[in-house]
Amino acid sequence: MSGPDPALPPAAAAEAAADERYYVASQWQLMWRKFRRHHMALAGGAVLLFLYLATGVAGFLSPYEKATRDADYLLAPPQRVRLVHDGRLIGPFVYSLERTRDPETLQRIYTENTGDPHRIRFLVRTDPYKLLGFIRTDLHLFGVHPPATLYLFGTDELGRDMFSRVLYAGRVSLSVGLLGVTISFLLGVVIGGISGYVGGAVDTVIQRIIEFLISIPTLPLWMGLTAALPPKWPALRVYFGITIILSILGWTGLARVVRGKLLELRGGDFVVAARVSGATAGTVIRRHLLPSFLSYLIVHLTLAVPNMILGETALSFIGLGLKAPVVSWGVLLTSAQNFRTVALSPWLLIPVLFVVVTVMTFMFLGDGLRDAADPYK
Amino acid sequence: MGQLILRRTLYMIVSLWAISIVAFVVIQLPPGDFVDTMILRIVQETGEHMEEEEVANLKRLYGLDKPMVPRYFSWIGKIVLRGDFGRSFAFNKPTAELLAERVPLTMFISFLTLLITYVIAVPIGIYSATHQYSWADHLFSGVGFMGLATPNFALALVLMWLGFRYFDISIGGLFSTEYRLAPWSWGKLWDGMKHLPVPLLVIGTAGTAGLIRVMRGTLLDELGKQYVITARAKGVDERRLLFRYPVRIAINPLISTVGWLLPAIVSGEAITAIVLNLPTTGPMLLQALLFQDTFLAGSTVLFLGGLTVFGTFLSDLALVWVDPRIRFERAQA
Repeated sequence: MSGPDPALPPAAAAEAAADERYYVASQWQLMWRKFRRHHMALAGGAVLLFLYLATGVAGFLSPYEKATRDADYLLAPPQRVRLVHDGRLIGPFVYSLERTRDPETLQRIYTENTGDPHRIRFLVRTDPYKLLGFIRTDLHLFGVHPPATLYLFGTDELGRDMFSRVLYAGRVSLSVGLLGVTISFLLGVVIGGISGYVGGAVDTVIQRIIEFLISIPTLPLWMGLTAALPPKWPALRVYFGITIILSILGWTGLARVVRGKLLELRGGDFVVAARVSGATAGTVIRRHLLPSFLSYLIVHLTLAVPNMILGETALSFIGLGLKAPVVSWGVLLTSAQNFRTVALSPWLLIPVLFVVVTVMTFMFLGDGLRDAADPYK
Repeated sequence: MGQLILRRTLYMIVSLWAISIVAFVVIQLPPGDFVDTMILRIVQETGEHMEEEEVANLKRLYGLDKPMVPRYFSWIGKIVLRGDFGRSFAFNKPTAELLAERVPLTMFISFLTLLITYVIAVPIGIYSATHQYSWADHLFSGVGFMGLATPNFALALVLMWLGFRYFDISIGGLFSTEYRLAPWSWGKLWDGMKHLPVPLLVIGTAGTAGLIRVMRGTLLDELGKQYVITARAKGVDERRLLFRYPVRIAINPLISTVGWLLPAIVSGEAITAIVLNLPTTGPMLLQALLFQDTFLAGSTVLFLGGLTVFGTFLSDLALVWVDPRIRFERAQA
């Protein structure tokens, strides 16, 4: 059956060709086709890709280093990027901030000095940093020459640029999710695989343990476990410790999916057929079982990442998770704990936006993947 | 039915016992103990040095000189036999007394949140499923996604900021200052009621959003089934058709989800209470963990875990009661 059938009218022929393509397409091609139709998931995937890339080269994209302090501008409000000065278009610039004090409350008040514009420069050399962790450089995509300042998201209580810190923090927050999910994945696949493959008493015991773990409120348990991390540990080890703690409770859902799918597929006709034609257990698992539920695993992983990110943010926020000098979105939010500070400096809440956007995009992506996971429906 | 209750009760007791071990071990994990933390504080604040003998005496006084296993059995033994939860080191009060002050409020808020979650989620879920892809359905989905994606504490912070900025009210705490230490009265009750909506909103949002999605999904599946089409073809009134079977079936998974909804609510309650400074178990647990106040922290985790296990137990029974199919199946077995 190749080429258009001359007996059919053109429209029907086109339809037949489309059908033909559908029948010969591989499973992954069908999934991609279905996924592409889910616009929210596509958009979510694009935003996520952008976030991971942007935070990956945080040093280059941020005008300051994450620990650069400017004692003259504590809790300064975000500076607006403008284009028109004195009725003339002069390209992106900011006005400098002028600091005064309220004579009664002694609060710092920042006002824009509209007579003092500073052009934003591209590819400037200012604070030194390490690109991707090993290339020593001081080149930034954009910035201003000191003493001018460029605080797009304002500064925190120590005068550090929030925009730069949010980017650097994203690196930690986003990677906690991925690393935690990887650990959860290993635990879930191994334990769920044993449960579904061995069956019987082992299966019952594992299922009871999972039910038990699900019934415990996660946050109090996480709080207890993170409080157990020695305070003297170096930052990197604490980071791994927290990630492992987050994944200790995260594998249960995945183990259930793996077990359920294994049980369902084990007796499937195609598995029996493979076995009858003499395929070894390894071949059956690799060639037939794994591809059948790999898509479900990916869906589940995508939906598990947000929980890890939310968990890390919450723990760091209450002071039991990551601690300064490590920056994550949760750590940044600790300065927003005092609501009087928040009331006067609402820009400290900007990391919340990033958490929400990240989690939402992961959920949209997972939604789209779930629809695509079963392309025959 | 009697046998089922017996089996679930046994299972609940085993779970509680497991939680007690987990709670106790987890609380003991940090290096050092309460006495070490206390001595460190004293040395830092006063510069006084402590003799080793004194330290040993203190440890004996608090029972910290024995290994973990005997300590666990002495702790759990007293709880089971005498209802004695041990003494809080930091507050120097019986733990049971501290728990009695805070646990009822935690339970009250959790239960109320659960109730409100259902009251809001079920009608919206039904509406969204029967009006699929209408603008209201999209709106609810959008708001729902936002609700799922916003961390509890962040929502609390944003609400606090909005309250302060635009309404000039402080929404932290559960009681106004003048009532905080006052004995219970109608005035205090009313004051508490006025403060409740914000914590309920913060704790309930994520659960409600999740539940709406579950309800909508299950009902959509049900509505596409043949018995619905048959009934419609026969001219059954649309409202009767909807509520007679599809809604009843779609509600079942909601009852079985109490098992995961309740732990989530208790977790959310803990962190929200820390941010909003509510007089519930959350802030107390945080303090206890930071001070290594073993018995208090352990008992709090035990209580919170027990609360969810008991809730799941009730939901299991409710499911059997609501769903005749499960009742029939169990009776056969």
